[in-house]
Amino acid sequence: MSDYLISLAGNPNTGKSTVFNRLTGLKQHTGNWPGKTVLQAWGFYRYQNEQYTLVDLPGTYSLLAHSPEEQVARDFICFGQPDATVVVVDATSLERNLNLVLQVLEITSQVVVCLNLVDEAKRKNIQVNAAKLGDELGVPVVETVARRGIGLKELQEQIHLLVHGKIKTNPLKIHYPPELENKISDLIKQLHYLPESLNKRWVALRLLEGDQSILRGIQEVTRLAFS
Amino acid sequence: MIISLDQLPVGESGIVTVIDAHGLTRRRLLDLGLVPGTVVKTIRKSPAGDPIAYLIRGSIVALRVNDSKQISIKPFSEVAINE
Repeated sequence: MSDYLISLAGNPNTGKSTVFNRLTGLKQHTGNWPGKTVLQAWGFYRYQNEQYTLVDLPGTYSLLAHSPEEQVARDFICFGQPDATVVVVDATSLERNLNLVLQVLEITSQVVVCLNLVDEAKRKNIQVNAAKLGDELGVPVVETVARRGIGLKELQEQIHLLVHGKIKTNPLKIHYPPELENKISDLIKQLHYLPESLNKRWVALRLLEGDQSILRGIQEVTRLAFS
Repeated sequence: MIISLDQLPVGESGIVTVIDAHGLTRRRLLDLGLVPGTVVKTIRKSPAGDPIAYLIRGSIVALRVNDSKQISIKPFSEVAINE
């Protein structure tokens, strides 16, 4: 029986599976082709005498569910109720990677950002101010070079602090135009029957976007909650 | 002058002005970082001319002409974007 459930998200080619393998000691195959991790890989590690289950989600640019990979990743973060989600980002192309971070932050505040490939970034003369990034995002940011095991102890420490409530995150909130915000508030009122674990603001946003796949997920989760 | 992205010659760069795609295509393009104001550079064309590879926010992305037609670009006169 595991003490904590941690999901691992990230864009393709950020070294996400390398982080997974380094933490769990599993030899999950790493390679570079689409759909490599459509099936979730599960692994375990111990830190400070507690057991963590790590779920390697498929690499995606987005969680807005237009491919099977994105749906798997989204459903797990949204309905799988992990104790924390680690988002692995590529320090060499942070601009594009932050899209996924913001989407995850809209679903859950239990997030640690793993700023990977900082060695490659340095070679490309890219300097990322991790502390400042953490301030802006409102969640911990840990610099790593997963391939060489650098920074992973600190990553485990930040996950540990987060799941024990020793870090209070304050995730960057996206504000939409008043017109949308009004619709969001209206919808949230109508979603009162949803289980506590579901982020109603996020569900409202997906509904406004006309996302059909979210309805099936909600049906599933409410059925479980009331059965 | 505004042109569609598929008309941007290899080696030239421009700024996205409008994304005229809808639904999932639009969502996908936005997720790849293509929003108004984004700088895009044409890297190379495939032998058949479709798809075409672009440098977008530090990553190289191949787009079908059908999709890149729906993106409006204001080309830079001076070509100076380092990879």
